[in-house]
Amino acid sequence: MANSEKHVKEPLVHLTRRMNVSASFAWMIRIGAFILSILVCCLISSLLSDKVSFGFFFKYLFGGTFGSSMLIMNLLRDLAIYLLLALAVTPCFKMRYWNIGGEGQAMMGAFGCSLVVAYASGKLPVWGTILLSFAAAVVLAVFWAVVPALFKAKWNTNETLLTLMFNYIAICLGAYLIKKVAPMGTGILNFQDGTLASLGVGDFWIIVVTVTVLTVLMFIYQKYSKHGYEIAVVGEAPNTARYIGINNKKVIVRTLLLCGILSGIAGFLLVSVKDASFLSDSTSQSTVAGRGFTAILISWLAHFHPLAMALTSFLVVFITRGANQIGNMARLGNSYAGMMVGIFFFFIIATEFFINFKLNFRPRAEKAAPAGAGPKPAGEQEGTV
Amino acid sequence: MKKKLFGVVALALAVVMMAACLGGCGNNAGSKSEIKLPAYDGITEQKVTGEIPATFKVGLICLHDKNSTYDKNFIAAMESVQQELGLTNEQVIIATGIPEGAECKDKAVEMAEAGCQVIIADSFGHEQYMIEAAKQYPNVLFAHATGTKAHMNTDLPNYVNAFASIYEGRYIAGVVAGMKLKEMIDSGKITEDKAKVGYVGAFTYAEVISGYTSWFLGVRSVVPSATMEVTFTGSWYDETAENNAAKKLISNGCVLLSQHADSMGAPNACEEAGVPNVSYNGSTYAAAPNTFLVSSRINWAPYYKYLIDCKINNKTAMKDYTGTIKTGSVELTDLGSAVAEGTLDKVIEVRKALADGTLKVFDTAKFTVEGKKLDSYLADVDDMGDYVGETEAIADGYFHESEKRSAPYFDLTIDGITLLDKNFG
Repeated sequence: MANSEKHVKEPLVHLTRRMNVSASFAWMIRIGAFILSILVCCLISSLLSDKVSFGFFFKYLFGGTFGSSMLIMNLLRDLAIYLLLALAVTPCFKMRYWNIGGEGQAMMGAFGCSLVVAYASGKLPVWGTILLSFAAAVVLAVFWAVVPALFKAKWNTNETLLTLMFNYIAICLGAYLIKKVAPMGTGILNFQDGTLASLGVGDFWIIVVTVTVLTVLMFIYQKYSKHGYEIAVVGEAPNTARYIGINNKKVIVRTLLLCGILSGIAGFLLVSVKDASFLSDSTSQSTVAGRGFTAILISWLAHFHPLAMALTSFLVVFITRGANQIGNMARLGNSYAGMMVGIFFFFIIATEFFINFKLNFRPRAEKAAPAGAGPKPAGEQEGTV
Repeated sequence: MKKKLFGVVALALAVVMMAACLGGCGNNAGSKSEIKLPAYDGITEQKVTGEIPATFKVGLICLHDKNSTYDKNFIAAMESVQQELGLTNEQVIIATGIPEGAECKDKAVEMAEAGCQVIIADSFGHEQYMIEAAKQYPNVLFAHATGTKAHMNTDLPNYVNAFASIYEGRYIAGVVAGMKLKEMIDSGKITEDKAKVGYVGAFTYAEVISGYTSWFLGVRSVVPSATMEVTFTGSWYDETAENNAAKKLISNGCVLLSQHADSMGAPNACEEAGVPNVSYNGSTYAAAPNTFLVSSRINWAPYYKYLIDCKINNKTAMKDYTGTIKTGSVELTDLGSAVAEGTLDKVIEVRKALADGTLKVFDTAKFTVEGKKLDSYLADVDDMGDYVGETEAIADGYFHESEKRSAPYFDLTIDGITLLDKNFG
């Protein structure tokens, strides 16, 4: 591109970065993309299956999520679980510590809780078991979160790889526990007592209230506390942080401690309150069931804002439950819901691209050279993504 | 638009089929096809009497979807009942991919709320959650296939278990395999001492043990020198593990295979290696035309109709329903073209003897455990989780399988069977 004298043919499309994107514009694009994604899902479904018409699609998309008060409660409960898992990893991402081990950390929480329930139940009073299982959940999840953080702080190891691998170790440990406790069982541990569920407390209120409180606390923590400020500085400018006297290592470990506590609570809620069981077969067939991975997306899409995360979790749960309902009613098999969720994510992720970049099409008339900054080659622009 | 898409797919299929034909049609000169097995002639058909109200709904909860032969068997039966009774899709709700966890209870409750009066779950691990839902909705009939706990929950008349005497079906399938094995010996393909068969099992549950033992007894009724190796995958549906397990058995010298796991892993491995294969839950002839012998399956349609009949006529459903050859619940598929000569007649003969009760699968004269004939065995029928037997299962010279409760409880390792691995609970 050095030769500016020679006439370079302008590409059909080039990208420019949008500056000062207003919040309302961004939200308009997001809502537009959401509606578009649903319409595309609907279109593809009705093309692929004779049983799915537009009416059918929307009837069960909404019917499967808002059809009855019980469905709404289940929706909110599932939403809360996603939100909690997303809350756990959010401060890490704010710090640009790419913790993709939320899944494993929550699994370790579930593991700790199950370990205590499996071995202490019956030997301790119920409340003793519950308290101990809560403590074990938190301790093990914290351990799982803090070990990679210590490695990062001490030797600057790559946290992305380490936390990812920790997920799989957690799954294997869980599988080992199940084999140990019930060698002849069905591969899932069911807890008749020693859990909050066994006391007959409904899972809905405990989960929803706990997560609501934690969301608000997290919002305050990130926005108004000194810790929150430190996290942001360490993330955006580690050298500045060092210069103004922030101990980066300390902040990393402390933040992951917090992440571990939240993951531990999530694991405890799943085992002791919601499922009263523990499963650890693979990342998709487990107590956490891959939600720790989805939570990364939820957090990222909400720009790490706790309250916006409630919305993104809602969208994920809504589309998953709705698509499941459509798939069942039209008897399309299990993969259908996965396909629809995939289309949905595709659109939502693409949205962020269109919020940050503008597509400029080549003007019809050749002579109309763009004024001002002029188009840069597309490659350069994309590099900034 | 729909037609257009259909056209494109049809065209693509036609091209693929033509290409396949160009490559393969020349070789398969003989027009081999399945051998039709007539249905048993003494079936007492289950009927639904009375009018089915338009508001009547039935729900089916499945662990996997149609890709699993096990769940497909449940779904296909439900769809046939739906058609027979003229029910709409709104009246027959089928939920697939429901794990053996709290999701099962959520789904059962959701179905009850949606107005389902009969709700059926298909996987062993669903049981506890079905019981919980049954407690919440006393007016809804909850049925669980393969479960063991209904007869212990006497205070829950709306919770029932069902299974079928599928060990009889497996025994017949074993006879088919035995005929094939005999043919291989007679034709000099193998010697009598090499008559080793293999079995890919999922878990070391009684259901699987009862299945492979009855199949093996069927094989041995034709070839007395036969032995068997069994390996477990630790999963109901794991295509790779099942495929590898089958390959392992084949390389160990097994000349004929069967399985109790739900993917196409083992049949595919057999077809690849040219090893005759007996499958389960439905015919795999299409995928393994050269090696498929036969498959036994439970036909759930009679039970579904029984439940619907009970519900609409306000009858109490029995706690343990064991479908048999006579109820039309135990079925065999058509025979593959690879079976030995005379198999069809033999199948019909054995089936009749089993249905009449003149032949018993677990005849204690036909097998030994650690070298000894069994006179007494306490089976763990109550299933309290103690794994301690309390019910005498042997009387009149045979083991009374699926009579004390519907789900199998034969869990002995008989002589002639080698377990390559254990502890895959």
